[in-house]
Amino acid sequence: MTLNELKIGQSCKITKVNGEGALRKRLLDMGLTPKTKVTLHKTAPMGDPIELLLRGYNLTIRKEEAARIEAEVIE
Amino acid sequence: MNIALVGNQNCGKTTLFNQLTGSKQHIGNFPGVTVEQKSGYLLGNKDVTVVDLPGIYSLTPYSIEEIVTRDYIFNRKPDCIINIIDATNLERNLYLTIQLLEMEIPFVMALNMMDEVRLNGTSIDVKKLSEELGVPVVPISASKNEGVSELAEVALGRAKVKNSAYHDLCDGAVHKAVHSLAHLLEENAEKCGFPPKYTAIKVIENDKSIIDKLKLDERQLDIIGHIVEDMEIACDTDREAAIVDMRYDYIEALCAKVVLKKGQNVNQEKSMKLDRILTHKIWAIPIFLCVMLAVFFMSFSLVGKWLSDLLTLGIDWLTGVVDGALTSAGISEWLHSLLIDGVFNGVGSVLSFVPTIMVLFFLLSILEDSGYMARVAFVMDKLLRKIGLSGKSFVPMLIGFGCSVPGILAARTVSSERDRKMTVLLVPFMSCSAKLPIYSLITMAFFPRYQALVMLGVYVLSMVVGVLYGLLLKVTVFKGNPVPFVMELPNYRWPSLKTLLRNSWEKGKSFIRKAFTVIFVATLVIWFLQSVDTSFNFTSDSSVSILAEIGRFLSPVFAPLGLGDWRLTTSIITGLTAKEAVVSTLAVLFGVASESLSAVLSTAFSPLQGFCFLAFVVLYMPCVAAVAAVRKELGSGWKAVLAMFSQTVVAYLVTLIIYNVGTLFV
Repeated sequence: MTLNELKIGQSCKITKVNGEGALRKRLLDMGLTPKTKVTLHKTAPMGDPIELLLRGYNLTIRKEEAARIEAEVIE
Repeated sequence: MNIALVGNQNCGKTTLFNQLTGSKQHIGNFPGVTVEQKSGYLLGNKDVTVVDLPGIYSLTPYSIEEIVTRDYIFNRKPDCIINIIDATNLERNLYLTIQLLEMEIPFVMALNMMDEVRLNGTSIDVKKLSEELGVPVVPISASKNEGVSELAEVALGRAKVKNSAYHDLCDGAVHKAVHSLAHLLEENAEKCGFPPKYTAIKVIENDKSIIDKLKLDERQLDIIGHIVEDMEIACDTDREAAIVDMRYDYIEALCAKVVLKKGQNVNQEKSMKLDRILTHKIWAIPIFLCVMLAVFFMSFSLVGKWLSDLLTLGIDWLTGVVDGALTSAGISEWLHSLLIDGVFNGVGSVLSFVPTIMVLFFLLSILEDSGYMARVAFVMDKLLRKIGLSGKSFVPMLIGFGCSVPGILAARTVSSERDRKMTVLLVPFMSCSAKLPIYSLITMAFFPRYQALVMLGVYVLSMVVGVLYGLLLKVTVFKGNPVPFVMELPNYRWPSLKTLLRNSWEKGKSFIRKAFTVIFVATLVIWFLQSVDTSFNFTSDSSVSILAEIGRFLSPVFAPLGLGDWRLTTSIITGLTAKEAVVSTLAVLFGVASESLSAVLSTAFSPLQGFCFLAFVVLYMPCVAAVAAVRKELGSGWKAVLAMFSQTVVAYLVTLIIYNVGTLFV
């Protein structure tokens, strides 16, 4: 699955970050690296972007970008 | 000697900068780009300059802010760098620190927000952290001014150290690749002044700007290809991710060693609780609108207006005194008019705006520094995405409805240069409050029964044209990928009063400076054109002035819009000094008091012409004060002129369409 498919409150472990160039590098730099645990905290009132919890801080990205990040749900 | 501050956004960098420096600071741009550079003298030590570099998360060459910082560190070689990090968010903040270590430059780490760390019950082994990283670490709390003077001392001591040794962060396959490449590229790196291991890491990361500088030959490129490929296979990931992974792996291991006890992040929990309301599915937008309404009310009608009125009274008094003195001294009529109608009237009307702007920026700084602005960007992002912007541009555009000048200046909070420039170009399309008297005059004259509806229509028109213009910019001038919207939602924090006051004073000051330069000259030019006839004799009859002649000369250009009357054309020109001038010019040229102006207009023109006048006035280029702000933010005079010209052309075309379609029906 990809990050945009997470349900609110659900956690996952990143397996792969797709995409290229500046955007991908930005996602990696902000700590969205493979093996990282990420929780979907909420979605914006208009349904997009989303707010993630990772590495002890809150990060917001658009669903379009979240769709490039592959992950496994942690039960 | 100079000290540079490097750190993430929201880590308290500006607060630390304000604590380190005195009240005098210089705000300018980095050469060639419109990235803000702040500098000031170290408190009590005039020989030391402190420079506040942009807030960044990484040192990749992908954003202007990051390139500027990297170039500054390599080319300007600051005597010491202070890397400020948010101790409540060690993992992500250390990522930038690791990149500084890779650059092999001496620096000092300021471990900020230690008061919060204590409150959380977290315990960090500062000594161990310093040993592990090989750099001095000073625990501070910038907002409480704790440890700041000690930090300055350590930084001054560190300035004597010229080079720091390479710090081995990696192991395994990446380690092997870094070492082989460092060996291979040693000579090329030396020529560019880069440390070899840093060069190796950048080559693995595929950093094009560094690779280009190295001037590698075929053989080297070939070997690099092999080494990187082997590493990718061994790590089971690509080159970019491998390096990022290496850094974060190191950080995780480091944190495990230095964080002795991990408490609850109290502030983060509080912030998330607050966000249950502030970014709530239903309540977020109404709350945001209420907040903005309060900001507008405070600055444009309550506090700001009150202060502005007070200042106007003062200016009027001074004008009266000078007026009387000039009369009794028997000064010639033209000089009298120059001073009173030109200088005092022109500069005075702009100056009276200063308190409004300062109050507005005081309030906006509260929203920004408290962390609320990031939530606004989060909530509003979807609306602006279609025109290639992000939610961060929303507030500047909204402020544009009050006044374009602070709206344009507020674009500084937009963190990417591309988005900032685009925002600056779009703000003037938001109909500013100075145009309200024009709307009420025209709607009263032509649409007395549908005043509110027509006014609403004008606002909608300006926004629709603004959106279309944005779309046009997106596919022309700002083609290419928009900057990714990957934004931290920082914890809510109380803004520091010192920073707030400084911020609003800076904005006020820059506006005052503009009032006495660009705006001063522009008002004088308009005064001259208005007060002198074609044979350069002073005249008090404005209908024979050069300006009126220009109006007559230009009126055929406006005839296709239904605005061929020279008096309308002239008022459009005077509107360039300030939009309020449109109404007063019309009154003067029609020779009636402003109260009876609407009656005169309604007999002279058709409702369609009235609407076309409204449409043109709402869309065409903003006043000189706003042009000056655009010029500053775009960093180039001719770009500002081009922007204003395009906006006026857009206004012309839209009005042309309205008039021609309108005549079919009326």
